[in-house]
Amino acid sequence: MPPALMQQQQLQNRWQAIPMSSQKPAERINNFSEVAKGYTEEQALAEASRCLTCPNPQCVQGCPVNVDIPAFIKLITEHKYADAIRKVKEKNSLPAICGRVCPQEEQCQKYCVLGKKGDAVSIGRLERFVADLELTKPLTIPKPQTLNGKKVAVLGAGPAGLTVAADLAKRGYKVVVYEALHVAGGVLVYGIPEFRLPKKIVQAEVDYIKALGVELRTDSLIGRLFTIDELLEEGFDAVFIGTGAGLPKFLGVPGENLNGIYSANEFLIRVNLMKSYKFPQFKTPIRVGKKVAVIGGGNVALDSARSALRLGAESVCLVYRRSRGEMPARLEEILHAEEEGITCKFLASPTRFLGDEQGRVTGMEYIAMKLGEPDESGRRHPVPIKGSEVVMDVDTVIVAIGRTPNPIIQSTTQGLNTTKNGIIVVDTDTGQSSLDAVYAGGDVATGEATVISAMGSGKKAAHSIHNSLTR
Amino acid sequence: MSKSKPATQLKAETKTNTHKIIAKQDLASNIKQIQVLAPEIAQKAKAGQFVILRVHEDSERIPLTLVTWDNDGTITLIFQEVGYSTIELGKLTVGDEILNIAGPLGKPSEIKNYGKVAVVCGGVGTAAAYPIAKALKEAGSTVISIIGARNQQLLLLEEEMAKVSDEFFISTDDGSKGHKGFVSDVLKTLIDKNYGFATVYAIGPPIMMKVASDVTRPYKIKTIVSLNPIMVDGMGMCGACRVAVANQTKFACVDGPEFDAHQVDFKELMQRLKGYVPEEKSIIQHLNPLGGKCTCHQH
Ligand SMILES: Cc1cc2nc3c(=O)[nH]c(=O)nc-3n(C[C@H](O)[C@H](O)[C@H](O)COP(=O)(O)OP(=O)(O)OC[C@H]3O[C@@H](n4cnc5c(N)ncnc54)[C@H](O)[C@@H]3O)c2cc1C
Ligand SMILES: Cc1cc2nc3c(=O)[nH]c(=O)nc-3n(C[C@H](O)[C@H](O)[C@H](O)COP(=O)(O)OP(=O)(O)OC[C@H]3O[C@@H](n4cnc5c(N)ncnc54)[C@H](O)[C@@H]3O)c2cc1C
Ligand code: SF4
Ligand code: SF4
Ligand code: FES
Repeated sequence: MPPALMQQQQLQNRWQAIPMSSQKPAERINNFSEVAKGYTEEQALAEASRCLTCPNPQCVQGCPVNVDIPAFIKLITEHKYADAIRKVKEKNSLPAICGRVCPQEEQCQKYCVLGKKGDAVSIGRLERFVADLELTKPLTIPKPQTLNGKKVAVLGAGPAGLTVAADLAKRGYKVVVYEALHVAGGVLVYGIPEFRLPKKIVQAEVDYIKALGVELRTDSLIGRLFTIDELLEEGFDAVFIGTGAGLPKFLGVPGENLNGIYSANEFLIRVNLMKSYKFPQFKTPIRVGKKVAVIGGGNVALDSARSALRLGAESVCLVYRRSRGEMPARLEEILHAEEEGITCKFLASPTRFLGDEQGRVTGMEYIAMKLGEPDESGRRHPVPIKGSEVVMDVDTVIVAIGRTPNPIIQSTTQGLNTTKNGIIVVDTDTGQSSLDAVYAGGDVATGEATVISAMGSGKKAAHSIHNSLTR
Repeated sequence: MSKSKPATQLKAETKTNTHKIIAKQDLASNIKQIQVLAPEIAQKAKAGQFVILRVHEDSERIPLTLVTWDNDGTITLIFQEVGYSTIELGKLTVGDEILNIAGPLGKPSEIKNYGKVAVVCGGVGTAAAYPIAKALKEAGSTVISIIGARNQQLLLLEEEMAKVSDEFFISTDDGSKGHKGFVSDVLKTLIDKNYGFATVYAIGPPIMMKVASDVTRPYKIKTIVSLNPIMVDGMGMCGACRVAVANQTKFACVDGPEFDAHQVDFKELMQRLKGYVPEEKSIIQHLNPLGGKCTCHQH
């Protein structure tokens, strides 16, 4: 056993997870490089050895795509890394991404038996380890498929669309992906920042999908360039809609259109997609003042807050209407944000924004909240406390209170059933919409969810498209 | 199985569409016209729509109105060099390619026979108004156009506009051609002469659209403006382009760009357009020290 590993095993016991090294907070708040550095081989081996390879593994049921967790972890302990990644990829085609951004503590790791007494096995970190290792190796491109003569159009190149494209291409379909933006990846490229998910990893996955023979058409906003009817008329046998939940919600309080108030989507699109953090080398401007308030408590709010800090804000305060326990963000990100010095104001909700003569935001009035009765979602609903309004000085505000589906396709496709929030209604088993040959999955069909659930619904839809076209 | 370079070094998107510039023309000082290959967009474009383009990998995405589109697969854009991105676009010459063009974006204009319509436009807004005037005329409307600019040299598309108009008026701020003053003065005069406009289209700098809509308000003439807020994606994802219309927040890129002028909060639009002035100035100085004076904010 190498000395380093021995040392680590002495420090560890079965109940303690091997920590993952990360950039020091003081250093990382000055750059956009990845925060979490990933396991070394030794760390991965030590962590993998903690897994009991349970015969009836509880962890697997927590994974939306049922990765065979004990099997791939066992292969790691046997140093069979290439086999391990192949095992993961049987179920999950984007492991380098999921290993980084899955809310594991709510999914696979939540059910790990070790979690009852100590730390769950760090399944996500192990998944990342084998996926990253594979990315350093030459890409093996599967043999070109003999096409089966059927054509499928995939709308949106986010995790849902990319999964459908890959699964159908592997089965011999001609797949054309139409993406509205100038790059593929969806939220993975325009939303989640570089310091959490390096863009070259997303690009590698996109390259792999193209290597499968998928045709990618960027700059193609469906609904305007072509309608779904036109695509079907043009000869596509089926259409999959994976256009995400990209329409930002606003608070609807006075002063919200003052300069200096961004939707999280705008802020993150500028920073990530347009690379404003490298302004003026990249030409899209971003303005971050000294005192930043971010409204919301999810991953999107945290990504915005941590980006603002890296762009030079003196203070960044997260304003959330519930309490810490209800924050929907990944635990690891909350801890990282706290280490970086982001402060939180819980049980508070903005009531209006104040501005100067030039129309720039200078202040935010908010009202204190208390938690009332649990609502349908089981979460206790926040209720405002009358007369508790206070004004806080701010010069930048980022509103991260949620997103609803992009409405363009829904409004240009007759007969496509949606909920009143614009979510496309689908059969949950097949992903089929109210229209024949039209399927949907990911955030556009579920509302905001996760990368892995978008992939899961993509897999399901690909499967039922295949079934219906070979019937 | 074939092998290749490490995955992370593979080339980015292979482009399916190359947007080559096939003609270029200076229309006035700082105002340029380019004809670009974009067959799919050319096939789908309708009056009132726009594109978002990106010149290079590190460029901004900027919106420009579709002026003409043709069966030969080209589109025409007209732009005024007001800052870094438009100057950068202006540097491209025939044969160069524009990296990305997405479109057509925005809702098309509602084109029909309105009876008598006034199309009032100023500055580079004339480029945006031209396809609308043309389509209105083709739909049977009687089109009365009023085009304006600061001076004669800056007047755009005079002949083209005249061709699609039943009556045609010019105004310049300095009186070097046509009426001396603003297009809105001419509009007011015509209204007072009982032209009986069913609808007025006003397209130009925000201040011009505001004044024109102030002119028509007391007469309760339906007035449509095409708004030009700052945009990023142009697809309803960022909210940068939000404008207050009838006290409701609308996204100009998907709900517009055309709105009922009498409901628009122009003060807010103008303030939001100035949101990045320091950065816009700094980038010009930083990257283009000799590259020319900034001609934005003439109003
Ligand atoms: C900032 C942020 C952080 C997040 N962090 C996490 C996290 O840590 N972990 C996690 O699991 N999840 C996270 N999520 C959620 C996760 O990213 C989404 O659930 C997931 O990306 C949804 O995938 P999708 O394929 O349905 O849609 P998207 O990723 O939204 O992709 C949709 C694609 O469709 C394109 N499109 C839209 N309309 C059209 C059209 N009309 N024509 C053509 N193309 C169109 C869009 O441009 C986009 O590229 C985060 C989300 C955000 C915004
Ligand atoms: C729907 C629409 C259609 C348009 N059509 C035309 C047209 O046909 N011809 C034309 O010359 N101009 C048009 N514009 C305006 C044009 O997009 C801006 O002049 C251009 O983006 C300025 O960029 P810049 O870097 O050259 O100047 P900058 O120095 O960056 O900005 C100059 C001013 O332009 C505005 N502006 C800056 N960035 C943007 C942006 N991304 N989107 C919109 N406005 C911005 C701001 O008010 C700014 O102060 C249109 C705008 C919209 C929204
Ligand atoms: S895909 Fe996500 S949920 Fe499934 S095992 Fe991997 S990290 Fe866990
Ligand atoms: S439940 Fe935990 S210990 Fe058991 S197989 Fe899964 S990861 Fe390993
Ligand atoms: S430009 Fe982003 S929503 Fe309109």
